[in-house]
Amino acid sequence: MTMSTVPGTLLTPRQVADRRAHAPHTSMFARMLVRAAVLRRRRAASALLAMIVAAAVATAMMNLYVDVQAKLRTEFRNYGANVVIVAKDGQSLPADALAKVESVLGAKSKTLAVPFAYAVARTHDGQSVVVVGTDFARARQLNHWWKVSHWPNAPNEALVGMRAAAILSPKVGPNRQPFELTFQGKAIQLAPAGMLQTGAGEDSRIYLDQSEFQNWTGVAPSTIEVAANGTAAEVEASIRQLAQVLPAADIRPVRQIMEGEANVLNKTRATLYASATLVVLTSALCVLATLIGWVFDRRRDFAIMKALGASERLINGFFAAEAAALGVVGAILGFFIGIGVAAWIGRVNFHAPVVPRFSVFPYILAGSVAVALISAILPIELLRRVQPAIILRGE
Amino acid sequence: MFPRIVYESFRRQARRKLLAGIAITLGVAVATAMIAVATDIGDKINRELRSYGANLVVTPQEDTLDVEVGGVNLKPPSDGAFLNEADLPKIRGTFWHHNIVGFSPMLPVTVKVGEGNNKDAKDVTLLGTYFNKALRFGKEDFTTGVKITNPWWKVEGKCGDGAEPVLSGAEGPRPGRVEDSPAACGWPNDNSQDILVGERLAAKLAKKPGDTLEVAGRQLTISGILSTGGAEDDQIVAPLALAQQILGKPGAIRRVYVSALTKPPDALSVRDPKTMTPEVYDRWYCSPYVESIAYQLQEVIPHSHAEQIRQVAQNEGTVLSRIKGLMLLITLAALFASALAVSAAMATAIYERRVEVGLMKALGAGNLAVSAIFFAEALLLALIGGIAGFSAGALLARQIGRSIFNSQISIEPVLFPIIMTIAVFVTFAGSAAAIRRAVKFDPVFALRGEG
Repeated sequence: MTMSTVPGTLLTPRQVADRRAHAPHTSMFARMLVRAAVLRRRRAASALLAMIVAAAVATAMMNLYVDVQAKLRTEFRNYGANVVIVAKDGQSLPADALAKVESVLGAKSKTLAVPFAYAVARTHDGQSVVVVGTDFARARQLNHWWKVSHWPNAPNEALVGMRAAAILSPKVGPNRQPFELTFQGKAIQLAPAGMLQTGAGEDSRIYLDQSEFQNWTGVAPSTIEVAANGTAAEVEASIRQLAQVLPAADIRPVRQIMEGEANVLNKTRATLYASATLVVLTSALCVLATLIGWVFDRRRDFAIMKALGASERLINGFFAAEAAALGVVGAILGFFIGIGVAAWIGRVNFHAPVVPRFSVFPYILAGSVAVALISAILPIELLRRVQPAIILRGE
Repeated sequence: MFPRIVYESFRRQARRKLLAGIAITLGVAVATAMIAVATDIGDKINRELRSYGANLVVTPQEDTLDVEVGGVNLKPPSDGAFLNEADLPKIRGTFWHHNIVGFSPMLPVTVKVGEGNNKDAKDVTLLGTYFNKALRFGKEDFTTGVKITNPWWKVEGKCGDGAEPVLSGAEGPRPGRVEDSPAACGWPNDNSQDILVGERLAAKLAKKPGDTLEVAGRQLTISGILSTGGAEDDQIVAPLALAQQILGKPGAIRRVYVSALTKPPDALSVRDPKTMTPEVYDRWYCSPYVESIAYQLQEVIPHSHAEQIRQVAQNEGTVLSRIKGLMLLITLAALFASALAVSAAMATAIYERRVEVGLMKALGAGNLAVSAIFFAEALLLALIGGIAGFSAGALLARQIGRSIFNSQISIEPVLFPIIMTIAVFVTFAGSAAAIRRAVKFDPVFALRGEG
């Protein structure tokens, strides 16, 4: 009998019969394996259960570890743009800049680019106010934190910052008054559609639809804010690509956002890693404890085999095959349960499914088999030193 | 007799007891460490989130509009209202002053930069602020400034005499910690007349650290080049007192950025304090919501309006709750795994002793007496393993805290009885099934060794 004929999984009786017909020498070995599992159902089941739980926990942890970082990155994109494209020296960006940016970043989904054009207009009493032309639909997606009472959707409607609104169009009854702005002698009548509150510079500005803004002022966008998704390296790569297609513009990462994100993400990843390691180790310990008990418990089988003249190699092979079979079955069942658990955690915590990663399966399988083998070999090594007669006498 | 049996069992079967004890110790250690990390992670991540910068801004109540495009302020410098610098230390006197990590006053001034009567002298914004200013409130000394509130600001400057320029900031003070090495290179002293020049402006002017620059008729030394990735790259950043001198308004500041640890918003936080009943108001006031901290800042700084910076304040709640939720779920998994490991070890340890049970029963011991012995042993194991595991877990948590967050993870003393209860409960639960089976086992078979 050689190790190469050791079956890796439990066989059905039919297969066993088949095997027996073709290779009579392996039949005894396979039969012993199957009978050992069938006769001691309870102990075998508890060992398998421990294996499954450990494999499931390990799978869930590895899946989460990989996926959570991507999930958190998406959360971090709520902080808004991490790359800003600014025309050099107060110029405007070329008209096709936005299209170029989108063609560069378009390959990746969830990348947002929002153009902004700025002009300083005068109110009827001569005060200066910054007016911004933008694409409202995009700005709304990019800047989740903007608190907007109502987004403009009709012509000549403007989104007015809180502080600008307090000065420009005081509240008259339930509605705010329309107001007039002039830019280089051209006047425009605007109706405030909603209030914008951010706590930052936006509060003193007035936002207009980009085409209306351009008709009025003739000023083209000078800034494009980009929320580039991906790891820090991917964002860097995007910046380099953008610099190639837009040589006339300054492309800067928003350090405040990028570094804050990197900081929090690194700490979270490290914590997750430490926790996942602890959990996986604990589950391995659980398997070890159960399996050692299981094998140790069968020292009488071991002694009988030895007394009947089985070679050391055969005995080792037998217990190793048993452990390996347990490891494989436990890993497969545990893997699917673990994927389910990871998906559940993803749904509960991130409201998005965790994509099952089959690439972790080889690691789970190898780990399970290795732990199972260790827990089988350890007691065997202990028992080998004991005379079979002593074991059989029950001492 | 009973104590002797238990005692002898420990003495004679030291190896088996050791195995079970190790399993319990490890299980409890993992559980302790995970619970400690999970309960502290909110606070730790909250501090890390401060690296996004200030989440509150205080402005004068009656102010004119900011007219700022691309970092260039077009508003006349003396226009509008100011806050008083003398009110700033009072921020330390608010109810939630422990949650206020730092604050930075800002005073932008438009200045002419250039040599002598040079015609192409340009308008540049000079931003007066605190770098790492020592302040005193009551009997408490503290430092605050942009080094704490804006950790992404990096300064390249000279270290000591003739030393190579070193990028400071990365190794500088970490966000959320009011500690500092005084020798951080390039940062000007708050009481000096030295300035920082933004990197793009420095490139335009061809200046490097150590050079002098004529700003508004004064010769100022550039102590470092500032890189922020924002509007400050085109500006000059100076000590607040210098900006006030240039503007001719001592004690004036435009706005204050405040970086505070806050609680994620919930239904209570967004309510208007004016419409609350006194009871609800107290609860709202005594919770570190960004809204209630803003309210308290307004109370201490006269004629001010405090507003949350929504970009920072609104997002940190989501990130925080996601990470906390994740850690909670992982902690549950860890508890589950360690409970299982302890149960498995106990079950194995008891199953091995069926012969003993058989002997005891043959000698006339009742089921109750046998179970009592096993439970007493389990209790002893759980207590010893629990104490050892708790200490090991506390060490582990400390190690995790130190290596990941560079700060202590404190173990609440109240955790000890909880952990011990869990340890005893899990050990009992893990043993119960095995003990039941061991007791039910026919002594005849057990003694004949037919397991």
